[in-house]
Formats: sequence, C-alpha cells, structure tokens
Amino acid sequence: MANLTLVQAINLALIQEMEKDDRVIVLGEDVGINGGVFRVTEGLHKRFGPKRVVDTPLAESGIIGASIGLAMAGLRPVPEIQFEGFLAPAYDQLCTHAARMRARTRGALTVPMTVRVPVGGGIHAPELHSDSPAAFYVHQPGLKVVVPATPYDAKGLLISAIRDPDPILFFEPKRLYRAFRQEVPEDEYTVPIGKARVVIPGDEITVISWGAPVVQCVTAIEQSDQSIELIDLRTIYPLDTEAIVNSVRKTGRAVIVHEAPKTAGLGAEVASRIMEHCFLYLEAPIQRVTGFDTVMPYYKLELEYLPEAERIRKAIQEVAAY
Amino acid sequence: MPRRTVYEAKVEFVQILDEDGGFDAKLGKGLISDEEVVALYEHMVTCRELDEIAFKLQRSGRMGTFPQNKGQEAAAIGAAHALTKGTDWLVPCYRENAALFMHGLPMHYILLHWMGDERGNQIPDGLYMTPQAIPIGTQMLHAVGLAWAAKYRGEDRIACTFFGDGATSEGDCHEALNFAANLDLPVVFVCQNNGWAISVPAKIQCSAPTIAQRGLAYGMECVQCDGNDIFAMVKVVRDAAELARRSHRPTFIEAVTYRLGDHTTADDARRYRDSAEVEMWKKRDPLIRLRKYLVDRNQWDDEKERSLQADAKEQVAAAVKRAEEIAAPSTTDMFDFLYAQLPDQLRIQRATLRTASLGQDPTQLEGGIEASRQQDIEETVSERPVTKP
Repeated sequence: MANLTLVQAINLALIQEMEKDDRVIVLGEDVGINGGVFRVTEGLHKRFGPKRVVDTPLAESGIIGASIGLAMAGLRPVPEIQFEGFLAPAYDQLCTHAARMRARTRGALTVPMTVRVPVGGGIHAPELHSDSPAAFYVHQPGLKVVVPATPYDAKGLLISAIRDPDPILFFEPKRLYRAFRQEVPEDEYTVPIGKARVVIPGDEITVISWGAPVVQCVTAIEQSDQSIELIDLRTIYPLDTEAIVNSVRKTGRAVIVHEAPKTAGLGAEVASRIMEHCFLYLEAPIQRVTGFDTVMPYYKLELEYLPEAERIRKAIQEVAAY
Repeated sequence: MPRRTVYEAKVEFVQILDEDGGFDAKLGKGLISDEEVVALYEHMVTCRELDEIAFKLQRSGRMGTFPQNKGQEAAAIGAAHALTKGTDWLVPCYRENAALFMHGLPMHYILLHWMGDERGNQIPDGLYMTPQAIPIGTQMLHAVGLAWAAKYRGEDRIACTFFGDGATSEGDCHEALNFAANLDLPVVFVCQNNGWAISVPAKIQCSAPTIAQRGLAYGMECVQCDGNDIFAMVKVVRDAAELARRSHRPTFIEAVTYRLGDHTTADDARRYRDSAEVEMWKKRDPLIRLRKYLVDRNQWDDEKERSLQADAKEQVAAAVKRAEEIAAPSTTDMFDFLYAQLPDQLRIQRATLRTASLGQDPTQLEGGIEASRQQDIEETVSERPVTKP
C-alpha cells in the first residue's frame, strides 16, 4: 500500500497497464517530457520512451481522430485532453465516429480508447478551464463515462477503462488531484465500470453524487444530524440504477448533487429513475443541488457556483423536514 | 538585413495518358502491364454500371440516397491498384466504392449500406478498410492513426485516405496533414478534386492555384495529377506508397477530376452547373480515354466491349439481387452491437421495446432486471450468431 494522491494513483495505473500491455500508448499535448500540465503522466516518457508517450501537435480533434485510428488497428490508446474546456473540438470525432464505429460496422471495427480529461472547477483556473461537460457525452449512445472521486477508485477504474473494449471518457476532477491522499494498493486491481459505491451508509436520506462534489457531500453529511447514505456513482454511463433504487427505497428521501448546470443535467435522469422505481417509497420531493444554468463564472465567483457543503447541507435539511 | 527568400517550391503536374490518346512513353514505361490495363478498364466499366443501376434503384424507390462516382473511376481505381491489397488500409469517404471493390469488398455490401442496412459496413475479416465516412474529412485522421499503429508495430503497412476538394476546408483535414507530417507517418492523402462540393465550386474551398500545394505548408511531398488518367494515378500513388513504406513520410496528391453526376440522387446539379462545363468534362471521361488507349494498341474491340458490358450488367444485377434478398436486420440489432456487453438499461429497453414505457414499470420485465440479465447472458454477445451479409 502507498499513500497516494489522485494524480499519483492515475500515474501508477498508467505505468502498470503500460508495463503489462504494449498496446497501451499515451498521447496528447505536453504529456511527454513535461509529464502533462497536471503531472499525471510524469516519468512515463523517461520510462517508456517517445514511441509510447507521444507529444502530439496541438489539436484536440486530431488527437481523438488519430486515437480512433490507433484503436481500430488494435492498439489501446490513452489520449489526454488537457482541460475539459478543450474537449469540444473533439466532440465530432467522439460522437460521430468513436461512439458509433462498433454499431455501424456490426462489430467489424471497434474503438477501445480511454480519453482522459481533467474536469471541473475549484482550482482558480483561467476561463474555460473549469467546466463540467460530462453529461453531453452521457447523452451519446456508444460511449461510457467515468468520474472517479478517490485515488483508490481512480486507479482501479482507469485500469478497467483501459482494458474495456469500448470508448470511454475518463473525467478526472482536478479539484481532487491533490486534495487528499488515500491508501492505494501497489498491486494491480480493478474497480468495475458501472458500479456505484456507498461512501457512507445511512437510513434516512440518500445523497447521490459523483466527482469533486462527493467531498463536499461528506462535509455536509458530517454537519447533519440525520442518518444519511452517500452514494458515489463513479460511473455516470452506464448508471448503476440498482444502487440508487435500493438506497432510496430504504430512505424515501433523495438529494442529487452535481457541478454541471441543473437543466437537463444528469441529476434529472437520476431523479427520473427514482420516480420510475421508487414512487411509492418517496417521502419528499427529490432535491437537486447543482451548478446554475449559467456559463461557468470566472474564478472569483466559482465557489458561489459550485455545489459547496453549505448548500448541500441546506438541501438535506429541507428534504429531512418535508 | 537584406530580404532573402527562405522558401521556394514547385508543384508538379503529372499526366501520362492525355485525352487525345497521347502517351508519355518515358513516364508510363512498365508502369502497368497490358493485362492489368485491361483488368482496370473492366473494373471501371463495372463500377460505372453499378452507378447507373444504383441511380435507377433510387429513382424506383428500391434504394435510398446514393452518391454516384461517375467520372472519377480512374482516380479511385488507379490509387487502389497502386496499393497492396490485403495489407494497406483504405480509408474512404462516401463516394469511394470503386477502390473498396478492388481490395475485395463484395459489391452487394455497398448496395446494402445505401439500402439502409449497417451490415453493408461489416467489413469482412482480412480486408483493411474502414466504412465510408459520411462527415466530411473526419476519416483522414483515422488514416493517420491506422498508419501510426502500423509504424508502431513495425508492419509494412500504410494507409491511404480519400477525400474531396470540399474536405480540404475542414479542420480535420489540416490536423490530419499536420499529424502525419510531424509524426512521420506512412499516409497517402488522395484528394479527388472533382470541382464541386455539392453546389459550391472548388475555388471557394481553395484560392491557391492548386490544392496540391497545401501539402507544402506541412512540409510534405505533394503533387497534382490528371485524375482521369489512370496511368498518372498509378504513378503518383505508387511513388507516394513507396515513400511512405521506405521513410514513413506522407504525400498529398491532388487528383484533378470531375463529378459527372449529381452530388447524390437527392441533388440536381443543373441548378448550379453550366452544361457546357459538363459537356467538356464528358469528353474527358476516363473510360473513353482508357478504351481508346486499348483500341489504339489492338487490345480491345467492339466485341470485347459488348461482352464486357454484358458481364458488368450481369455482375451488378447479381449484386443487386443478393442485397435485396437479405432480410431486414433484427430489431434487436440496434442494441446488440452498440457495446461489447449490453449495459443493464439497454438490456431492459431491449427486453421491453414493444411496450410504451420501455421498462419504466418493472413488472413488465418477467422476473425483473435479474431475469432479463440472465436471459441476456444466455444469448451473450459472443454467442449471438453474427449474420454476415
């Protein structure tokens, strides 16, 4: 076991998968000698050489389009998009090709690719370095979307993603990159894609979140008197409906927390699943604590925008009192 | 400091067989054997027949929208001839079927595709090609990645991608050229400049004297050729393929040709094209040119032509029959090939697809999610019979 940050855990997963499988290559902007702007790929260039850790030209559609070709030829590319704000140029390649290739060729060609993307706000970054666009990709059939919130999950989920036969968007909450350390096994292990995790067990209220806000939820729950169950979805496509349903049937009350804007955010889908499967169990309207339906503000206002512990705590109290 | 020239360049135009039958013996010597020229001509005629029949199928409601390749046969077939079948990747846009047939794709696959059935894209094992890309220029980046993988593994394999003049305006085109040049990748870029992107003339896509010179900006070899001259096509693509294999360097080829037909069957080019221009290009039809070449060399006569036309009709008719006889895909196909393993929610939608609520009411699922999962495991993706066309 080693006490690692989320950055270090991802770095370890990359090293272990690259050692194990020479089909795995890392590519992107500044991922080579510089080790990535967040240092996630630190040391890989030295360890595996420029053939397997490749600094590409500065072009996101190019990085993803080329990765699709690499993957169709049987490699396991792990491209990095430097910030989620720069993922948009690759939207076309992701949605018109990566997501559809297996379906439109009836399995003759597939795209086993893991796109790593630092995501979200809270680090006082420049404009377009703090967005939460993951739900766009949840809406595109053919992709899977993973958002780890702990070093342990990040390592295990990334290994699962790299081994998965389908294209995966792996969003790394940059606010959590170095926020805390956790004991992470040095041996390889996997965390299954599509399975949520009960972070804190409880009986009276269910709080559902993923990514960086999970940490805010923990703080809010610590400040509350009720017995609250916290579920970290970990994967947002496919959704672990069973975990959500089992918890809400027990508690009858649910609060959903995410960074992205409220309207058509993934919280709406989670709420709808709860309505479909838990209608007769509900004791209170489902609450959503989310970013606002505004563009992500520049960093002087970012903590006003993000679902911080106090807003979550208030929502919990409202749901409890209903 | 005095001004000085830091860069100068030339772009060559290659033509071996001109429209009057003139043949550059020096450039064309030993390029294609007589038997091969006959085979290429036969292939071009067959593809033209497919175009004519596909047009009629669409007009009579037996097929959806179809993009004819009429007039561009030499460019596609010449390029395919210069590449290694069963080794090199073909990465086509939607107007490229001729090259795919040459490298082994059965003709009824293309028909099936345009008849609205994904199984037409189910590239058979052992063929190195991607399905026809519908978005413009996006496939060029896939060629970059496919060539990159070949180089990574030390394979003697290259990738050739086809696109039009319109595609050279797309960002992905420039990203692909830049990646291939800067990362030393064995890619052959074949731009079929057919004059028109639907109704927009090539001059709106590129105001430089040639499209070929775009390669210069990326530091790669570039050449313009007569795309209706199959000898020129074979020459420039063979040179590019050799360079790619030898040095992992890409080449940008501009094949100057002309789209004799409409953009697709949904288009009417008379709305925007001058008939005099079309008539001029009809005289440069690559089929007429190659037939004249063969006749001039006593390789071809009217009887052979009649026989070829009959064979082509028969071959295309057989492909149409085969495509039309294939039963519609199963409704569950839309679920079954989306992921290697079906996620739970898709399992539920698949199991309840005839209901109004798509599994919202758990009682619709006999035995609930678990039973549905069990049923799906019993007919797993791996065991599911793959119905190849």
